[in-house]
Amino acid sequence: MKVVFWGTRGSIATVGAQTQVYGGNTPCVSIEKDQTLLILDAGSGIRRLADQGYYKDFGDIHILLTHLHMDHIQGLGFFNMFFDPQAEIHLWGPPSTSATLKMRLHRYLSPPLFPVRIRDFNCTLHIHEVTQETFYIEPFYVATNFILHPGPTLGFRVSDGDKVVAYLPDHEPALGARHFPQSPDWTSGFALAQNADMLIHDAQYSDEEYTERQGWGHSSINHALAFAELARVKRLELFHHDPSHSDEDLERLYSQHVNGQWDFKVFLAKEDATLEI
Amino acid sequence: MAVKEIEVILSRQLADCLSIPIFLVDTKGDLIFYNEPAEEILGKRFEETGPMPVEVWSTIFKIQDDNGELIPREELPLYRSLAHQVPAQTTLWLESLNGIKHHLYVTSLPLIGEANRFLGALAIFWKKEDV
Repeated sequence: MKVVFWGTRGSIATVGAQTQVYGGNTPCVSIEKDQTLLILDAGSGIRRLADQGYYKDFGDIHILLTHLHMDHIQGLGFFNMFFDPQAEIHLWGPPSTSATLKMRLHRYLSPPLFPVRIRDFNCTLHIHEVTQETFYIEPFYVATNFILHPGPTLGFRVSDGDKVVAYLPDHEPALGARHFPQSPDWTSGFALAQNADMLIHDAQYSDEEYTERQGWGHSSINHALAFAELARVKRLELFHHDPSHSDEDLERLYSQHVNGQWDFKVFLAKEDATLEI
Repeated sequence: MAVKEIEVILSRQLADCLSIPIFLVDTKGDLIFYNEPAEEILGKRFEETGPMPVEVWSTIFKIQDDNGELIPREELPLYRSLAHQVPAQTTLWLESLNGIKHHLYVTSLPLIGEANRFLGALAIFWKKEDV
């Protein structure tokens, strides 16, 4: 499996000299094998994927949305394949209790927020509502489940039968817990991440920032590390970098928290990184 | 090992932060958690009892109505919330594991999560003299 980070920043695109190393685009990660390309989330990073024509060597396009917060869908309108009549695109994501996935997407992809409506897309578009299930997109099994984050939010576990990538970009498993981590059966997202070869996980805050922003749906770096340890992953990619954190800040936080004391490898997710697992 | 649904985890974490006695059961009615204030009413710490099948918890606590009659399991608020997915309320006498009788209001509600998934129920206890 090949994993490419097209956007690693959380909340809002943050472009500038301060974010050149780890990137400023909002979440978008692709996973590929054989003729299949999965695109996880459609933050502003998806525009770079599209501009490079990265999808061209693959068959149908599958875009899997964890949730519909703006930083995870704002790139959709700039994914040029929606306007290609030859393209067949599958959009997967969660509905809410009161609205279908299409209705929810339409809130963004319509005026006044966006000039083009979904019905104006020229491609063949399939919209799949996903809650907690496992589905097959050859050669991948994709398991989904709700995870702790405001509003209906999914995490993904992508397996090719050999390796596993777990993707939980917006996740606050420590919310309300007196002690974290708790036992695995009482920990949000555990089954998705268990024994993953690579865990891509929310690590937006320092401990100090987390105490001021509990309930906002994100993790501290220490929570991400504790969750990864509990799930016994092999590699952790710290993801969804806070927009206020410069490259220098991220490296300082990394050196403060990681210290080489973990049984798994830990990296700061870096935009443009291409990883083979 | 089945990981609990996030709505159930959040219910436990909410219960853990409240001073109101709360009792949490899964869809089968098995007790999966009660908080510290509920420990006082039930007479044992959750760490001591752990989770309990419905057949156990509905019989080890002596539950009576105001006339001293045992309340059948089917008429307990939690059971009604599980069976019919509706809120339910009653007053009852509960004799704890350490033999103390509590006169209680019990209110239960079904837990229905995202995508209308039925996930269990929780009950809130109020000591009647507190009201």
